[in-house]
Amino acid sequence: MIIEKTKLAFQKLLPSTEPEPPAVEDPGEEVEEEKGKKAKVKKEPRQNGVIECDYAVHGYHLDAQVAPDQLIEAVTIVDEAEFFIESITGVDWIKEGQIEVVYDFSRYDFDTCRVVIRTRVDRNNPVVPTITSIYAGANWHERETHDFFGIKFDGHPHLIPLLLPEDADFHPLLKDFKA
Amino acid sequence: MSLTLLNVIFAVVVAIAFAAANAAYLVWAERRGAARIQRRPGPNINGPFGLLQPPLDGIKLMAKQLIIPGGADKVLFIAAPVLAMYPAIMSFVTIPFSDTIVAHNINVGILMIFAFASTGSMSLIFAGWSSRNKYSMMSAVRAVSQSVAYEIPMLITTITVVMIAGSMDLMEIVHQQSRSILHWNIFPLLGNSHNILMPASFLIFFICTLAETNRAPFDLGEAESELVAGFHTEYGSMGFGLFFMGEYANIVIGACMTTILFLGGWSCPFGLFPGVWWFLLKLYLLIATFIWIRWTFPRTTIYGLLNLSWKILIPLSLVNLLLTAGLIKVF
Amino acid sequence: MSSPIQLQPDETFVLNVGPQHPATHGVLRVKMEMNGEYIVDAETVIGYIHRMHEKMGENKTYPQYLMNLSRMDYLGALGYSHGHVLVVEKAAGIEVPERAEYIRAIMVELNRVASHLFWFGAFVMDLGGFSPLMYALQDREYILDMLEAVTGSRLTYCYFRFGGLYNDIDDDFIDAARRFIPRMRKSLIKYDKLVTGNIIFRKRLEGNALLSKETCRKYGASSAVARGSGINFDVRKNEPYSVYPDFDFDVPVYHEGDSLARYMVRMEEMEQSLRIIEQGLDKLPDGPIMPKKKPKLIKPPAGDYYQAVETARGSFGVRLVSDGTKTPYRLKLRSPTYSNMHLFDESCRGMMIMDALAFMGSLDLVIPEIDR
Repeated sequence: MIIEKTKLAFQKLLPSTEPEPPAVEDPGEEVEEEKGKKAKVKKEPRQNGVIECDYAVHGYHLDAQVAPDQLIEAVTIVDEAEFFIESITGVDWIKEGQIEVVYDFSRYDFDTCRVVIRTRVDRNNPVVPTITSIYAGANWHERETHDFFGIKFDGHPHLIPLLLPEDADFHPLLKDFKA
Repeated sequence: MSLTLLNVIFAVVVAIAFAAANAAYLVWAERRGAARIQRRPGPNINGPFGLLQPPLDGIKLMAKQLIIPGGADKVLFIAAPVLAMYPAIMSFVTIPFSDTIVAHNINVGILMIFAFASTGSMSLIFAGWSSRNKYSMMSAVRAVSQSVAYEIPMLITTITVVMIAGSMDLMEIVHQQSRSILHWNIFPLLGNSHNILMPASFLIFFICTLAETNRAPFDLGEAESELVAGFHTEYGSMGFGLFFMGEYANIVIGACMTTILFLGGWSCPFGLFPGVWWFLLKLYLLIATFIWIRWTFPRTTIYGLLNLSWKILIPLSLVNLLLTAGLIKVF
Repeated sequence: MSSPIQLQPDETFVLNVGPQHPATHGVLRVKMEMNGEYIVDAETVIGYIHRMHEKMGENKTYPQYLMNLSRMDYLGALGYSHGHVLVVEKAAGIEVPERAEYIRAIMVELNRVASHLFWFGAFVMDLGGFSPLMYALQDREYILDMLEAVTGSRLTYCYFRFGGLYNDIDDDFIDAARRFIPRMRKSLIKYDKLVTGNIIFRKRLEGNALLSKETCRKYGASSAVARGSGINFDVRKNEPYSVYPDFDFDVPVYHEGDSLARYMVRMEEMEQSLRIIEQGLDKLPDGPIMPKKKPKLIKPPAGDYYQAVETARGSFGVRLVSDGTKTPYRLKLRSPTYSNMHLFDESCRGMMIMDALAFMGSLDLVIPEIDR
């Protein structure tokens, strides 16, 4: 099974971590929780590591959080396992002062496995290495993420605005962006 | 002297009128034909069956401003559409529609028509070059290679007909085919052309006519989905109108030549009542085929087009010429 | 066909294809460095109709955002709405009645056929044949009339609701759909005779723009672009969602990797969609179209949810990051043509412009869907 294989490879890359409870509880429990309590749960940042998720709930199988400097190795793992790149995007966690860069990978064969690789960078200086040398198709996705979040992809060959106007100096998906 | 001058003026006026009327109403016919093929009504509002559409389009085009793009070569830019129209008009002067209806028959009519047809591609080159537009330029380059590639097999095929007829006089060529359908140059059975290869000649000639008139599937110069509108991208107003009319006038010339050289001109298939009506019937049937082909086939590629000419049509027409010469010698 | 060319640096010129060009079917621009008719290098410039749907997703409540999805892709809108409602239902734990899911599948497949029909016409028009477009549009009109009667709109549907549908289908619709299937099958045979068998058409597409499996993988291609290159990938089969496991249908796969293979895949997909519609109509269960128990206010619990669906243009994914409030914290739309179009820059090098534009047509581009 490709899920186990990929998980093992990730665990090798991220040896210190153990499987931990999923970042998100089952919806059933969550509904009953109060708002204040939920906020507390979210406060503690997630450790780097890989977790296996319930596909029926989240829509993906493996969720790996890596440090920015481990990113290239993590992406190499999925590349060698013949995953295709689905998308790259970001999430602005303004309360924690971090931006999360999310990489989605999936497979063409029937050994279905969706892998999410996340990495968190400082909101004031968001720099992650580019993966265009591994996945050529990451080019546009990284440019788009640069447009929307201002994340600098170190080593990207052509990091100019793609969807936004050529002279755009704003990043609309940041939570503190005011049109 | 003055009578001859009057004659010439009259002939030219009639030729222009015929060319213009044909061009205008072939646009209408094309649009109606395309609409019929595509299961839609087509122009049917202005006048009965939309017959007033062409003059109204003409008025609209004439009322528009001719915009010359900045940096364009003005003289060539204006000359190009005129050049598109004039070879067709000049060719009409020598085309015999029947025994009596011919403006001025000359005994090297074929030569004259091909000479004028060759200058037709000049208008495309001028238009493409002077427009200062990369699409137009690419279209001009295509037009040059296309006209070179297709004039050769066309001329060689025409030579076979000339060899059989022994004359370059269009009247004479028709007269030799006039007895019945079996004497037509397309069929090899009777008459002086015991040449079993004539159907092939006809096919080559017809394909070349399509290509020479820039019609689909060989409309590489215009190629609206690649080169926007090719050589007339920058033309509006009557400049565009002249190109448009020139295209249809050239179609008429091409169909006239096919009729005269292969289909017996104004002669009746059964040898009865020869006359201009037979000529017009054949002419418009051929043009209908042109329209039918255009709305059925997708466009070829430029290399496909050149391959077809250089690798298939030219060798075929050369072989054809050789065999025809041999057959004439034998019989 | 395309041979490597030796050229001097000053022998090339830059050709701007678009933003207004007949072959780009919208406001797409490709900056091509040309050597005569050969493309040396190409750079696709997108974003001319970027509307920032993802930011709108963060500002609107979940139901308010429903109509946005159909503005993404105006030809196959229902597939995109399907992805959106599925991910929200998954996140909020809303049960969907079976009848609603069946109707959704039927509608999405009808929409897929309509979308493919338009693509078919436009593609042949790219190649210079105008008439097939008119034939295809007539068949498409039939579908649009059917969809209009049920959904209320012809192009930008807002038909799916969280948990169900806006409107139930009636007998008229079922009759029309049953009449449509044989009519469409007849049309497909006609298209086959008119276009697929045409020698000019085949000569132009055979061997045009060969895409390898590896290229597809590196760029994340999906839909006919991947299936034309021998990749048996269809989200409906690989990650079955909705009621697709109940249907018996095939995924056409061609191994040539050229434009003709992509064309053939889409033409056969229409037939498969007809099969799904047929089975859906046969199996259609009775029952409600909206769940009995549905939260008044949709507030999915905090978390990260992903749902992929197979739209007419490929694998469309919605990533929903919820913080438990009534608006999404982050809504990422993964559009399939975005990845498919990205292939173009690299693959069109060394091709002639007419082949490159035929290749572009075979990618089935819908520009608002790339730009979002």
